[in-house]
Amino acid sequence: MQSLKIICPNGHLGFAPIRTGSFELGVAARPDLIAADSGSDDIGPGPLGSDTSTSPEAWQRHDLEHMLLAARRLGVPMVIGSAGDTGSNSRVDLYVRVIRELAAKHDLPRFRIGWFYSEVDKGWLRQRMAAGEVVRGLDGYADLSVAELDATDRIVAMAGVHPYVELMRQGCDVIIGGRSSDAALFAGPALFHGFPEDLAYYLGKVLECASFCAEPYGGKETVMGEITHDEVLVTAMSPEQRCTIASVAGHAMYERSNPYEEFFAGGRLDMTHCHYEQVAEKTTRITGSRFVPDAQVRVKLEGAGKVGERYIGLCGVRDPYTIAHIDRVMGWARDQVRARFGETGYELHYTVYGRNGVMGELDPMRDRPGHELCIMVQGIAPTKDMAEEVAMTGLRQMFYARLPDVKGTAGSVAFPLDEVLHASPAYRWTLNHTVAVDDPMALFPTHVGEAGV
Amino acid sequence: MSTALKDLAKTIRSKNAGVNKITFDIIFRDREPYERVKRAGVLTRETMAALYRIPVERISDFVEYDPGYAIKFTLYRLRPSGSAGDGDIFGAQQYAPLLDVQVP
Repeated sequence: MQSLKIICPNGHLGFAPIRTGSFELGVAARPDLIAADSGSDDIGPGPLGSDTSTSPEAWQRHDLEHMLLAARRLGVPMVIGSAGDTGSNSRVDLYVRVIRELAAKHDLPRFRIGWFYSEVDKGWLRQRMAAGEVVRGLDGYADLSVAELDATDRIVAMAGVHPYVELMRQGCDVIIGGRSSDAALFAGPALFHGFPEDLAYYLGKVLECASFCAEPYGGKETVMGEITHDEVLVTAMSPEQRCTIASVAGHAMYERSNPYEEFFAGGRLDMTHCHYEQVAEKTTRITGSRFVPDAQVRVKLEGAGKVGERYIGLCGVRDPYTIAHIDRVMGWARDQVRARFGETGYELHYTVYGRNGVMGELDPMRDRPGHELCIMVQGIAPTKDMAEEVAMTGLRQMFYARLPDVKGTAGSVAFPLDEVLHASPAYRWTLNHTVAVDDPMALFPTHVGEAGV
Repeated sequence: MSTALKDLAKTIRSKNAGVNKITFDIIFRDREPYERVKRAGVLTRETMAALYRIPVERISDFVEYDPGYAIKFTLYRLRPSGSAGDGDIFGAQQYAPLLDVQVP
Protein backbone atom coordinates (compact mmCIF):
# COMPACT_ATOMS: atom_id res chain seq x y z
CA MET A 1 0.00 0.00 0.00
CA GLN A 2 1.48 3.34 -1.08
CA SER A 3 -0.92 5.66 0.70
CA LEU A 4 -3.79 5.56 3.20
CA LYS A 5 -6.43 8.28 3.30
CA ILE A 6 -8.54 8.80 6.43
CA ILE A 7 -11.34 11.30 6.90
CA CYS A 8 -12.32 12.56 10.34
CA PRO A 9 -15.63 14.44 10.63
CA ASN A 10 -15.74 15.19 14.35
CA GLY A 11 -13.27 15.67 17.18
CA HIS A 12 -15.75 14.49 19.80
CA LEU A 13 -18.49 12.46 18.16
CA GLY A 14 -21.87 13.06 19.76
CA PHE A 15 -20.94 16.22 21.65
CA ALA A 16 -22.29 18.28 18.74
CA PRO A 17 -23.48 16.88 15.39
CA ILE A 18 -21.14 16.72 12.39
CA ARG A 19 -21.54 19.16 9.51
CA THR A 20 -22.73 16.88 6.77
CA GLY A 21 -21.73 19.12 3.82
CA SER A 22 -17.97 18.80 4.29
CA PHE A 23 -18.40 15.18 5.37
CA GLU A 24 -19.99 14.30 2.01
CA LEU A 25 -17.15 16.12 0.22
CA GLY A 26 -14.73 14.00 2.24
CA VAL A 27 -16.59 10.82 1.32
CA ALA A 28 -16.52 11.86 -2.35
CA ALA A 29 -12.72 12.09 -2.10
CA ARG A 30 -12.71 8.27 -1.68
CA PRO A 31 -11.02 7.79 1.71
CA ASP A 32 -9.69 4.38 2.73
CA LEU A 33 -11.07 4.74 6.24
CA ILE A 34 -13.53 6.91 8.22
CA ALA A 35 -12.68 7.51 11.85
CA ALA A 36 -13.60 9.72 14.79
CA ASP A 37 -12.98 9.86 18.49
CA SER A 38 -16.01 10.13 20.75
CA GLY A 39 -14.50 10.83 24.15
CA SER A 40 -12.93 13.47 26.31
CA ASP A 41 -12.02 14.06 29.92
CA ASP A 42 -12.98 17.71 29.40
CA ILE A 43 -16.55 16.93 30.36
CA GLY A 44 -15.67 16.44 34.00
CA PRO A 45 -15.81 13.33 36.18
CA GLY A 46 -19.63 13.00 36.31
CA PRO A 47 -20.27 10.87 33.21
CA LEU A 48 -17.51 8.36 34.02
CA GLY A 49 -18.52 8.14 37.67
CA SER A 50 -22.23 7.74 36.96
CA ASP A 51 -21.67 5.66 33.80
CA THR A 52 -23.67 7.96 31.55
CA SER A 53 -23.02 9.99 28.39
CA THR A 54 -23.04 13.75 28.36
CA SER A 55 -23.97 13.65 24.66
CA PRO A 56 -27.61 13.02 23.71
CA GLU A 57 -28.11 9.62 22.09
CA ALA A 58 -29.84 11.27 19.13
CA TRP A 59 -26.63 13.15 18.24
CA GLN A 60 -24.47 10.08 18.73
CA ARG A 61 -26.84 8.15 16.47
CA HIS A 62 -26.82 10.95 13.87
CA ASP A 63 -23.05 10.85 13.47
CA LEU A 64 -22.78 7.06 13.64
CA GLU A 65 -25.46 6.75 10.96
CA HIS A 66 -23.72 9.12 8.54
CA MET A 67 -20.37 7.46 9.07
CA LEU A 68 -21.70 3.90 8.87
CA LEU A 69 -23.67 4.45 5.68
CA ALA A 70 -20.72 6.17 4.00
CA ALA A 71 -18.24 3.53 5.11
CA ARG A 72 -20.42 0.65 3.94
CA ARG A 73 -21.12 2.40 0.63
CA LEU A 74 -17.38 2.82 0.04
CA GLY A 75 -16.57 -0.59 1.49
CA VAL A 76 -13.98 0.85 3.89
CA PRO A 77 -13.54 0.44 7.65
CA MET A 78 -15.12 2.80 10.17
CA VAL A 79 -13.31 3.32 13.45
CA ILE A 80 -14.67 4.99 16.61
CA GLY A 81 -12.66 5.53 19.79
CA SER A 82 -13.71 6.33 23.37
CA ALA A 83 -17.34 5.42 22.74
CA GLY A 84 -20.01 7.55 24.34
CA ASP A 85 -17.81 10.25 25.91
CA THR A 86 -16.13 8.05 28.54
CA GLY A 87 -15.29 4.78 26.75
CA SER A 88 -16.74 2.77 29.64
CA ASN A 89 -18.02 -0.75 28.92
CA SER A 90 -21.68 0.32 28.88
CA ARG A 91 -20.88 3.03 26.32
CA VAL A 92 -19.08 0.54 24.05
CA ASP A 93 -22.09 -1.78 24.29
CA LEU A 94 -24.39 1.15 23.49
CA TYR A 95 -22.47 2.01 20.30
CA VAL A 96 -22.30 -1.63 19.20
CA ARG A 97 -26.05 -1.86 19.69
CA VAL A 98 -26.66 1.37 17.75
CA ILE A 99 -24.49 0.14 14.86
CA ARG A 100 -26.45 -3.14 14.77
CA GLU A 101 -29.78 -1.26 14.82
CA LEU A 102 -28.65 1.08 12.05
CA ALA A 103 -27.43 -1.85 9.97
CA ALA A 104 -30.82 -3.53 10.33
CA LYS A 105 -32.70 -0.29 9.65
CA HIS A 106 -30.84 0.23 6.36
CA ASP A 107 -30.69 -3.46 5.37
CA LEU A 108 -26.90 -3.25 5.15
CA PRO A 109 -25.21 -6.40 3.87
CA ARG A 110 -23.57 -8.43 6.64
CA PHE A 111 -20.32 -7.02 7.96
CA ARG A 112 -17.88 -7.67 10.76
CA ILE A 113 -17.92 -5.50 13.87
CA GLY A 114 -15.17 -5.53 16.46
CA TRP A 115 -15.01 -3.84 19.82
CA PHE A 116 -12.85 -3.69 22.90
CA TYR A 117 -13.36 -2.71 26.51
CA SER A 118 -11.25 -0.41 28.64
CA GLU A 119 -12.66 -0.61 32.16
CA VAL A 120 -10.19 -1.62 34.83
CA ASP A 121 -11.22 -3.84 37.72
CA LYS A 122 -10.49 -2.21 41.07
CA GLY A 123 -9.60 -5.59 42.52
CA TRP A 124 -6.89 -6.09 39.89
CA LEU A 125 -5.40 -2.70 40.66
CA ARG A 126 -5.60 -3.37 44.39
CA GLN A 127 -3.66 -6.62 43.91
CA ARG A 128 -1.02 -4.84 41.86
CA MET A 129 -0.63 -2.22 44.57
CA ALA A 130 -0.48 -4.89 47.29
CA ALA A 131 2.32 -6.56 45.29
CA GLY A 132 4.30 -3.32 45.48
CA GLU A 133 3.42 -1.81 42.12
CA VAL A 134 3.39 1.99 42.22
CA VAL A 135 0.48 3.53 40.33
CA ARG A 136 2.10 6.83 39.45
CA GLY A 137 0.26 10.15 39.63
CA LEU A 138 0.30 12.52 36.65
CA ASP A 139 0.20 16.33 36.58
CA GLY A 140 0.46 16.95 40.29
CA TYR A 141 -1.47 13.87 41.48
CA ALA A 142 0.20 11.88 44.25
CA ASP A 143 0.87 8.19 43.59
CA LEU A 144 -2.33 6.20 44.09
CA SER A 145 -3.29 5.35 47.66
CA VAL A 146 -5.66 2.59 48.73
CA ALA A 147 -7.98 5.26 50.16
CA GLU A 148 -8.26 7.02 46.79
CA LEU A 149 -8.83 3.69 45.06
CA ASP A 150 -11.60 2.95 47.58
CA ALA A 151 -13.19 6.34 46.83
CA THR A 152 -13.33 5.50 43.10
CA ASP A 153 -16.47 4.25 41.38
CA ARG A 154 -15.17 3.52 37.87
CA ILE A 155 -11.80 3.36 36.13
CA VAL A 156 -10.99 3.28 32.43
CA ALA A 157 -7.58 2.67 30.91
CA MET A 158 -6.44 4.73 27.94
CA ALA A 159 -5.73 2.37 25.03
CA GLY A 160 -2.93 3.02 22.59
CA VAL A 161 -2.79 1.63 19.08
CA HIS A 162 -2.68 -2.02 20.10
CA PRO A 163 -6.38 -3.04 20.18
CA TYR A 164 -7.01 -1.10 16.94
CA VAL A 165 -4.19 -2.92 15.15
CA GLU A 166 -5.53 -6.23 16.49
CA LEU A 167 -9.13 -5.60 15.36
CA MET A 168 -7.91 -4.43 11.93
CA ARG A 169 -5.91 -7.67 11.73
CA GLN A 170 -9.13 -9.59 12.42
CA GLY A 171 -10.70 -7.93 9.39
CA CYS A 172 -13.27 -5.77 11.15
CA ASP A 173 -15.35 -3.41 9.03
CA VAL A 174 -16.49 -1.39 12.04
CA ILE A 175 -14.43 -0.93 15.21
CA ILE A 176 -15.90 0.51 18.42
CA GLY A 177 -13.22 1.34 20.95
CA GLY A 178 -13.30 1.80 24.68
CA ARG A 179 -11.33 4.70 26.18
CA SER A 180 -8.40 5.48 23.88
CA SER A 181 -5.82 8.10 23.11
CA ASP A 182 -7.47 10.14 20.37
CA ALA A 183 -4.59 9.66 17.98
CA ALA A 184 -4.48 5.87 18.43
CA LEU A 185 -7.57 5.12 16.39
CA PHE A 186 -5.99 6.75 13.34
CA ALA A 187 -2.44 5.57 14.00
CA GLY A 188 -3.53 1.96 14.61
CA PRO A 189 -4.94 1.36 11.11
CA ALA A 190 -1.94 3.16 9.55
CA LEU A 191 0.43 0.87 11.45
CA PHE A 192 -1.63 -2.16 10.45
CA HIS A 193 -1.12 -1.18 6.80
CA GLY A 194 2.65 -0.98 7.32
CA PHE A 195 3.26 2.75 7.52
CA PRO A 196 6.08 3.95 9.78
CA GLU A 197 5.42 4.74 13.43
CA ASP A 198 7.08 8.15 13.09
CA LEU A 199 4.36 9.29 10.68
CA ALA A 200 1.42 7.15 11.82
CA TYR A 201 1.28 8.73 15.26
CA TYR A 202 1.54 12.19 13.75
CA LEU A 203 -1.31 11.36 11.36
CA GLY A 204 -3.44 10.55 14.38
CA LYS A 205 -2.33 13.63 16.23
CA VAL A 206 -3.28 15.99 13.40
CA LEU A 207 -6.64 14.32 12.65
CA GLU A 208 -7.93 13.76 16.18
CA CYS A 209 -9.86 17.03 16.49
CA ALA A 210 -11.10 17.11 12.88
CA SER A 211 -11.29 20.73 11.62
CA PHE A 212 -9.48 22.19 14.63
CA CYS A 213 -6.33 21.79 12.50
CA ALA A 214 -7.85 24.05 9.80
CA GLU A 215 -8.64 27.73 9.54
CA PRO A 216 -10.69 29.84 9.80
CA TYR A 217 -12.02 28.40 13.04
CA GLY A 218 -15.04 26.16 12.64
CA GLY A 219 -15.77 22.95 14.50
CA LYS A 220 -17.28 19.66 13.33
CA GLU A 221 -16.08 20.01 9.72
CA THR A 222 -14.36 17.09 8.00
CA VAL A 223 -10.63 16.94 7.31
CA MET A 224 -8.67 14.32 5.38
CA GLY A 225 -5.28 12.99 6.35
CA GLU A 226 -3.13 10.98 3.96
CA ILE A 227 -0.09 9.01 5.03
CA THR A 228 2.60 7.66 2.73
CA HIS A 229 5.96 6.17 3.63
CA ASP A 230 7.53 9.65 3.55
CA GLU A 231 4.97 12.23 4.61
CA VAL A 232 1.60 13.15 6.08
CA LEU A 233 -0.73 15.41 4.08
CA VAL A 234 -3.73 17.04 5.70
CA THR A 235 -6.51 18.74 3.73
CA ALA A 236 -9.61 20.64 4.83
CA MET A 237 -12.79 19.35 3.18
CA SER A 238 -14.99 22.34 3.97
CA PRO A 239 -15.07 24.90 1.12
CA GLU A 240 -14.62 27.57 3.80
CA GLN A 241 -11.48 26.11 5.39
CA ARG A 242 -7.83 25.46 4.60
CA CYS A 243 -5.12 23.49 6.37
CA THR A 244 -2.24 25.95 6.58
CA ILE A 245 1.18 25.75 8.14
CA ALA A 246 -0.08 27.98 10.94
CA SER A 247 -3.29 26.07 11.54
CA VAL A 248 -1.60 22.66 11.48
CA ALA A 249 1.38 23.68 13.60
CA GLY A 250 -1.01 25.54 15.87
CA HIS A 251 -3.11 22.45 16.44
CA ALA A 252 -0.14 20.64 17.98
CA MET A 253 -0.38 22.90 21.00
CA TYR A 254 -4.14 22.58 21.51
CA GLU A 255 -5.07 21.16 24.92
CA ARG A 256 -1.42 20.25 25.57
CA SER A 257 1.04 21.81 27.96
CA ASN A 258 3.93 20.94 25.64
CA PRO A 259 3.42 21.40 21.90
CA TYR A 260 6.44 19.29 21.01
CA GLU A 261 5.45 15.95 22.50
CA GLU A 262 2.56 13.68 23.28
CA PHE A 263 2.53 10.47 25.31
CA PHE A 264 0.85 7.19 24.42
CA ALA A 265 0.71 3.71 25.86
CA GLY A 266 4.05 2.50 24.52
CA GLY A 267 5.90 5.66 23.63
CA ARG A 268 6.05 9.33 22.87
CA LEU A 269 5.49 11.36 19.70
CA ASP A 270 8.23 13.95 19.30
CA MET A 271 7.26 16.89 17.09
CA THR A 272 10.37 18.99 17.76
CA HIS A 273 11.71 18.56 14.24
CA CYS A 274 8.42 18.65 12.34
CA HIS A 275 8.64 20.44 9.03
CA TYR A 276 5.47 21.99 7.61
CA GLU A 277 4.99 22.91 3.97
CA GLN A 278 2.00 24.37 2.14
CA VAL A 279 1.69 22.14 -0.93
CA ALA A 280 -1.75 23.22 -2.15
CA GLU A 281 -4.28 25.84 -1.19
CA LYS A 282 -6.03 23.59 1.33
CA THR A 283 -3.25 21.11 2.04
CA THR A 284 -0.22 21.11 4.32
CA ARG A 285 2.54 18.48 4.25
CA ILE A 286 4.26 17.38 7.45
CA THR A 287 7.53 15.50 7.72
CA GLY A 288 10.07 15.02 10.49
CA SER A 289 7.90 13.71 13.32
CA ARG A 290 9.41 10.93 15.42
CA PHE A 291 7.99 8.19 17.61
CA VAL A 292 10.17 7.17 20.55
CA PRO A 293 9.09 3.80 21.99
CA ASP A 294 9.19 3.18 25.75
CA ALA A 295 11.03 0.17 27.16
CA GLN A 296 8.17 -0.36 29.61
CA VAL A 297 4.58 0.26 28.53
CA ARG A 298 2.66 2.42 31.01
CA VAL A 299 -1.07 2.87 30.52
CA LYS A 300 -2.92 5.96 31.69
CA LEU A 301 -5.86 5.40 34.03
CA GLU A 302 -8.81 7.74 34.54
CA GLY A 303 -11.06 7.25 37.54
CA ALA A 304 -14.02 9.07 39.03
CA GLY A 305 -15.55 8.78 42.48
CA LYS A 306 -18.83 10.04 43.90
CA VAL A 307 -18.64 12.88 46.38
CA GLY A 308 -22.33 13.03 47.14
CA GLU A 309 -25.85 14.00 46.20
CA ARG A 310 -26.29 17.62 45.19
CA TYR A 311 -28.85 20.40 45.39
CA ILE A 312 -28.35 23.90 43.99
CA GLY A 313 -30.00 27.27 44.61
CA LEU A 314 -29.70 30.78 43.17
CA CYS A 315 -30.03 34.27 44.53
CA GLY A 316 -29.23 37.81 43.41
CA VAL A 317 -27.91 40.90 45.15
CA ARG A 318 -28.38 44.54 44.14
CA ASP A 319 -27.61 46.63 47.27
CA PRO A 320 -24.07 48.04 46.80
CA TYR A 321 -23.37 47.81 50.52
CA THR A 322 -24.35 44.13 50.55
CA ILE A 323 -22.29 43.52 47.40
CA ALA A 324 -19.27 45.11 49.08
CA HIS A 325 -19.74 42.74 52.04
CA ILE A 326 -20.88 39.66 50.15
CA ASP A 327 -18.23 37.45 51.76
CA ARG A 328 -19.75 38.26 55.16
CA VAL A 329 -23.21 37.36 53.86
CA MET A 330 -21.97 33.99 52.64
CA GLY A 331 -19.97 33.56 55.84
CA TRP A 332 -23.08 34.08 57.93
CA ALA A 333 -24.98 31.44 55.97
CA ARG A 334 -22.02 29.07 56.12
CA ASP A 335 -21.94 29.46 59.91
CA GLN A 336 -25.60 28.42 60.12
CA VAL A 337 -24.85 25.29 58.07
CA ARG A 338 -21.90 24.61 60.36
CA ALA A 339 -24.10 25.01 63.44
CA ARG A 340 -26.54 22.45 62.02
CA PHE A 341 -24.17 19.91 60.46
CA GLY A 342 -20.70 20.52 61.93
CA GLU A 343 -17.43 21.07 60.12
CA THR A 344 -17.24 18.01 57.88
CA GLY A 345 -19.31 15.40 56.11
CA TYR A 346 -20.71 17.74 53.48
CA GLU A 347 -19.63 20.43 50.99
CA LEU A 348 -21.09 23.91 50.58
CA HIS A 349 -19.95 26.00 47.59
CA TYR A 350 -20.75 29.56 46.60
CA THR A 351 -20.10 30.75 43.05
CA VAL A 352 -20.42 34.52 42.79
CA TYR A 353 -21.28 35.62 39.23
CA GLY A 354 -20.62 39.29 38.67
CA ARG A 355 -17.47 39.05 40.75
CA ASN A 356 -15.41 35.91 40.03
CA GLY A 357 -17.88 33.14 39.26
CA VAL A 358 -16.01 32.09 36.12
CA MET A 359 -12.40 32.41 37.23
CA GLY A 360 -12.59 32.01 41.00
CA GLU A 361 -9.27 32.60 42.70
CA LEU A 362 -7.58 33.28 39.34
CA ASP A 363 -9.59 36.43 38.63
CA PRO A 364 -7.44 39.56 38.92
CA MET A 365 -10.67 41.64 39.12
CA ARG A 366 -12.15 39.67 41.99
CA ASP A 367 -12.09 42.72 44.27
CA ARG A 368 -14.15 44.78 41.76
CA PRO A 369 -17.63 43.24 41.69
CA GLY A 370 -20.31 44.53 39.32
CA HIS A 371 -23.44 46.39 40.36
CA GLU A 372 -25.46 43.17 40.51
CA LEU A 373 -24.43 39.67 41.58
CA CYS A 374 -25.87 36.21 41.03
CA ILE A 375 -24.80 33.58 43.50
CA MET A 376 -25.09 29.86 42.93
CA VAL A 377 -25.17 27.76 46.08
CA GLN A 378 -24.33 24.06 45.98
CA GLY A 379 -24.94 21.67 48.84
CA ILE A 380 -23.35 18.23 48.59
CA ALA A 381 -23.90 15.47 51.11
CA PRO A 382 -24.16 11.68 51.39
CA THR A 383 -27.97 11.66 51.15
CA LYS A 384 -30.43 13.67 49.08
CA ASP A 385 -32.24 14.88 52.17
CA MET A 386 -29.10 16.19 53.77
CA ALA A 387 -27.86 17.77 50.52
CA GLU A 388 -31.19 19.55 50.18
CA GLU A 389 -30.98 20.91 53.70
CA VAL A 390 -27.34 21.98 53.32
CA ALA A 391 -28.18 23.85 50.11
CA MET A 392 -31.39 25.33 51.52
CA THR A 393 -29.69 26.52 54.70
CA GLY A 394 -26.75 27.89 52.73
CA LEU A 395 -29.14 29.76 50.45
CA ARG A 396 -31.93 30.95 52.72
CA GLN A 397 -29.68 32.09 55.54
CA MET A 398 -28.13 34.62 53.15
CA PHE A 399 -31.50 36.34 53.32
CA TYR A 400 -31.02 36.79 57.06
CA ALA A 401 -27.37 37.80 57.02
CA ARG A 402 -26.61 40.42 59.69
CA LEU A 403 -24.67 43.33 58.27
CA PRO A 404 -24.25 46.25 60.70
CA ASP A 405 -25.05 49.18 58.41
CA VAL A 406 -27.46 47.67 55.92
CA LYS A 407 -30.42 49.89 55.08
CA GLY A 408 -32.58 47.13 53.67
CA THR A 409 -33.56 45.09 56.70
CA ALA A 410 -36.28 43.06 54.99
CA GLY A 411 -33.91 40.64 53.25
CA SER A 412 -30.27 40.67 52.09
CA VAL A 413 -30.72 38.82 48.79
CA ALA A 414 -33.30 38.37 46.03
CA PHE A 415 -34.67 34.91 45.21
CA PRO A 416 -35.69 34.10 41.62
CA LEU A 417 -37.05 30.81 43.03
CA ASP A 418 -37.82 30.09 46.64
CA GLU A 419 -36.48 26.54 46.41
CA VAL A 420 -33.36 24.51 45.83
CA LEU A 421 -33.16 22.13 42.88
CA HIS A 422 -31.94 18.56 42.74
CA ALA A 423 -28.87 18.42 40.48
CA SER A 424 -26.67 15.60 39.25
CA PRO A 425 -24.52 14.00 41.97
CA ALA A 426 -21.06 15.49 42.44
CA TYR A 427 -18.08 13.40 41.37
CA ARG A 428 -14.37 14.10 41.32
CA TRP A 429 -11.42 12.83 39.33
CA THR A 430 -9.75 10.37 41.67
CA LEU A 431 -7.40 8.72 39.19
CA ASN A 432 -5.12 10.53 36.77
CA HIS A 433 -2.33 7.98 36.94
CA THR A 434 -0.31 5.43 34.99
CA VAL A 435 0.27 1.75 35.60
CA ALA A 436 2.90 -0.52 34.04
CA VAL A 437 1.77 -3.51 31.97
CA ASP A 438 3.81 -6.31 30.42
CA ASP A 439 1.27 -6.93 27.66
CA PRO A 440 -0.17 -3.76 26.06
CA MET A 441 -3.38 -5.71 25.29
CA ALA A 442 -3.83 -6.86 28.90
CA LEU A 443 -6.38 -4.19 29.84
CA PHE A 444 -8.24 -4.16 26.50
CA PRO A 445 -10.12 -7.41 25.74
CA THR A 446 -11.32 -7.54 22.13
CA HIS A 447 -14.51 -9.09 20.71
CA VAL A 448 -15.73 -9.65 17.18
CA GLY A 449 -19.28 -10.21 15.93
CA GLU A 450 -21.51 -9.60 12.97
CA ALA A 451 -24.07 -6.99 12.02
CA GLY A 452 -26.32 -6.41 9.01
CA VAL A 453 -28.54 -8.82 7.14
CA MET B 1 3.39 53.49 21.97
CA SER B 2 2.03 50.34 23.53
CA THR B 3 -0.54 48.05 21.97
CA ALA B 4 -2.99 45.68 23.66
CA LEU B 5 -2.17 42.00 23.18
CA LYS B 6 -5.66 41.44 21.71
CA ASP B 7 -4.75 43.79 18.84
CA LEU B 8 -1.59 41.85 18.02
CA ALA B 9 -2.67 38.23 18.46
CA LYS B 10 -4.91 36.20 16.15
CA THR B 11 -6.03 33.88 18.94
CA ILE B 12 -5.97 34.15 22.71
CA ARG B 13 -7.53 31.12 24.38
CA SER B 14 -7.54 28.83 27.38
CA LYS B 15 -8.48 25.17 27.64
CA ASN B 16 -7.96 22.15 29.88
CA ALA B 17 -4.74 20.26 29.37
CA GLY B 18 -5.76 17.11 31.17
CA VAL B 19 -7.87 17.21 34.31
CA ASN B 20 -5.53 19.18 36.56
CA LYS B 21 -4.10 21.91 34.31
CA ILE B 22 -5.29 24.79 32.16
CA THR B 23 -3.21 25.80 29.16
CA PHE B 24 -3.19 29.24 27.53
CA ASP B 25 -2.33 29.88 23.86
CA ILE B 26 -1.48 33.26 22.41
CA ILE B 27 -1.16 32.78 18.64
CA PHE B 28 0.01 35.37 16.10
CA ARG B 29 -0.76 35.55 12.41
CA ASP B 30 2.86 35.96 11.39
CA ARG B 31 6.37 36.34 12.66
CA GLU B 32 6.52 40.10 13.17
CA PRO B 33 4.02 40.56 16.04
CA TYR B 34 5.16 37.25 17.55
CA GLU B 35 8.77 38.43 17.70
CA ARG B 36 7.67 41.82 18.97
CA VAL B 37 5.83 40.28 21.92
CA LYS B 38 8.71 37.88 22.62
CA ARG B 39 11.21 40.76 22.59
CA ALA B 40 9.03 42.92 24.80
CA GLY B 41 9.26 40.40 27.61
CA VAL B 42 5.68 41.06 28.75
CA LEU B 43 4.75 37.38 28.51
CA THR B 44 6.97 35.38 30.82
CA ARG B 45 6.45 32.92 33.65
CA GLU B 46 6.86 35.76 36.10
CA THR B 47 4.51 38.24 34.43
CA MET B 48 1.83 35.59 34.01
CA ALA B 49 2.09 34.57 37.65
CA ALA B 50 1.75 38.25 38.58
CA LEU B 51 -1.20 38.80 36.23
CA TYR B 52 -3.14 35.86 37.69
CA ARG B 53 -1.80 36.60 41.17
CA ILE B 54 -0.49 33.08 41.72
CA PRO B 55 2.89 31.75 42.87
CA VAL B 56 5.20 31.16 39.92
CA GLU B 57 5.44 27.46 40.88
CA ARG B 58 1.83 27.01 39.75
CA ILE B 59 2.92 27.62 36.15
CA SER B 60 4.00 24.17 35.00
CA ASP B 61 5.15 25.08 31.49
CA PHE B 62 6.03 28.18 29.52
CA VAL B 63 6.86 27.70 25.83
CA GLU B 64 7.69 30.01 22.95
CA TYR B 65 6.54 27.88 20.03
CA ASP B 66 8.19 29.20 16.89
CA PRO B 67 6.53 26.83 14.37
CA GLY B 68 3.10 28.14 15.38
CA TYR B 69 4.09 31.78 16.11
CA ALA B 70 2.66 31.13 19.54
CA ILE B 71 3.41 31.64 23.19
CA LYS B 72 1.80 29.22 25.55
CA PHE B 73 1.82 28.59 29.27
CA THR B 74 0.09 26.14 31.52
CA LEU B 75 -0.94 26.34 35.13
CA TYR B 76 -2.08 23.87 37.74
CA ARG B 77 -5.64 24.08 38.97
CA LEU B 78 -6.15 24.08 42.72
CA ARG B 79 -8.67 21.25 42.33
CA PRO B 80 -9.24 19.02 39.28
CA SER B 81 -11.75 20.15 36.65
CA GLY B 82 -15.37 19.41 37.40
CA SER B 83 -14.88 19.22 41.16
CA ALA B 84 -17.94 20.75 42.84
CA GLY B 85 -17.49 24.51 42.89
CA ASP B 86 -15.41 24.62 39.69
CA GLY B 87 -16.91 27.39 37.57
CA ASP B 88 -15.24 26.38 34.30
CA ILE B 89 -15.10 22.63 33.69
CA PHE B 90 -13.46 23.04 30.25
CA GLY B 91 -11.14 25.84 31.37
CA ALA B 92 -12.31 27.76 28.32
CA GLN B 93 -12.93 31.22 29.86
CA GLN B 94 -9.72 31.86 31.80
CA TYR B 95 -7.93 33.97 29.18
CA ALA B 96 -9.72 37.32 29.60
CA PRO B 97 -6.98 38.98 31.70
CA LEU B 98 -4.54 38.45 28.79
CA LEU B 99 -6.51 40.54 26.31
CA ASP B 100 -5.39 43.91 27.63
CA VAL B 101 -1.78 43.10 28.45
CA GLN B 102 0.11 46.11 27.09
CA VAL B 103 2.94 45.41 24.64
CA PRO B 104 5.51 48.23 24.21
